[in-house]
Amino acid sequence: MSAFIVAVAPALPLHTAGKYVAGAYVVFLALVLVYVAIMASRLARTERELTELRRDVESRRQVDADREREPVA
Amino acid sequence: MREGRGPGSWETVLAVLRKDLLLELRGLEVVPAMVLFALATLVVFHFGLNRDTVDGQLAAGVLTVTLLFAAMLGINRLFVAEREQGGFDAFLLAPVDRSTLLVAKAMALFLFLAVLEVIAVPAFGLMLLGAPLGRVLPGLIAMLALGDVALAVIGTLVSAIAVHTRARDLIGPIIGLPLLLPALIALARGVGPLMGGHGSVWPPGRWVLILALYDVVFALLAYAVFDFLLED
Amino acid sequence: MYGRGLRGLAIATVLTITAAFALVFFYAPLDADQGFVQKIFYVHVPLAITALCGFVFGGLLGGLYLRTGDRKWDIRSYVAIHMALIFGVGTLITGGIWAKASWGHWWVWSDPTLTSFLIVMLLFATYQPLRFSIEDPERQSRYASVFAVVAGAFVPLNFIAVRAAQGYVHPRVLTLTGGNLPGSMRLTFLISLVGMALLYVTLWKYEMAAKATRMQVRALRRTLLGEDSVAPLKRSAAPS
Repeated sequence: MSAFIVAVAPALPLHTAGKYVAGAYVVFLALVLVYVAIMASRLARTERELTELRRDVESRRQVDADREREPVA
Repeated sequence: MREGRGPGSWETVLAVLRKDLLLELRGLEVVPAMVLFALATLVVFHFGLNRDTVDGQLAAGVLTVTLLFAAMLGINRLFVAEREQGGFDAFLLAPVDRSTLLVAKAMALFLFLAVLEVIAVPAFGLMLLGAPLGRVLPGLIAMLALGDVALAVIGTLVSAIAVHTRARDLIGPIIGLPLLLPALIALARGVGPLMGGHGSVWPPGRWVLILALYDVVFALLAYAVFDFLLED
Repeated sequence: MYGRGLRGLAIATVLTITAAFALVFFYAPLDADQGFVQKIFYVHVPLAITALCGFVFGGLLGGLYLRTGDRKWDIRSYVAIHMALIFGVGTLITGGIWAKASWGHWWVWSDPTLTSFLIVMLLFATYQPLRFSIEDPERQSRYASVFAVVAGAFVPLNFIAVRAAQGYVHPRVLTLTGGNLPGSMRLTFLISLVGMALLYVTLWKYEMAAKATRMQVRALRRTLLGEDSVAPLKRSAAPS
């Protein structure tokens, strides 16, 4: 279909062309947004790792404090 | 720079080259395989294209692809012996310039490709090519020589990279092929006008220039980075 | 360290890209040949140029690693190439859309830029398989840097060869009439290009900040709780 149009005139009529142009810009936007989503999940993971780290350090501190308080038999 | 400390660079190159050539002559594995593969590829092309003869640019394309496939066989095998029998370590311990390994291996590969072409190109002329080869032979040989330099340099570089990875046989071709594409384009387009039968005797200057430029740039580049591939 | 200046950079990127899009749709004139379809040019070509510069940039960073041995250059090179690959995918897709709109086919061989680009992408697509097939981290960085340098040098050579192969036979499809840009189009294109370049740098910094943060968390864990409390990373270019 489009081959005939191309043979006669390179420019597509506006209503068809609009879809292609929009498509190209949407692809660009989608790439950026997908990247944002990936970074968001990475950030969530880092936050989770930090929380775990904090919890582990606290529990380690607790264990060390308990050990110190035990009387040496 | 290394006066009196060990063998000079050129002697090292020749020594390694001699070793590889002797190994091949005694074992006769790689070059016969390359030749057989090239001939079989020509048969595939005959059936795939469903033609008795090809000429012009199509012939140049068929020849280039055939040589490329056969070269891949040689490239995959280039450093396997070094890897498996500790040749790399021995080379690192010796008081020699490490890039000589690159030069020696590339020269060996170049010679293997030359032998391959001595057999495969006349076979191509007999089996598939519609036009006579005789009058264009000097120009054809010149282009093939330049193309072989490209295949040798990139092949050696890529083989050295691949031999240390887990996916040895896969990495070499997938890295090598895109890198070789400009050279293959230049080779095929340079040889195309020679295969027409009535055309010029020499390849077009533009393609000779591009291929020569490619050879120089990548030979220098490979020489510069090869050291880093050999460190342990 | 990478986060410093990131906010300003991001704001500059948003402003520039918004301005660029506004110029594209409200200011730049319609192309006489291709009409409205030509507007894809303002997103496709900046993506392409940024991707290619990104690959060369990655090669330079890899060269710096080889020169200095400092792992941070290798990670910077990895991120640069990774980003450039993403921009490259965008280039190929928008190029295909443009080709379909103006020539009727999703892929055309007759445009040398698109073909060169495909070859470059085929090459850099092997970067990650190569990296992750080498287990020793120091060797991985070294080999990846060698690859980055060679591949970076390959980019300009490839374009010369392909342009020579096709320039005289087929007219270039995805370009403007005669190659001369009227002033308004040139301005729009420049702003788009700057915006895309800013986006690349912002995302690069963003990615480096994320990686550096993760490494610091792991290092912190290692310091506070001992070596074995840290699980080894699987597929990663980071050193630890």
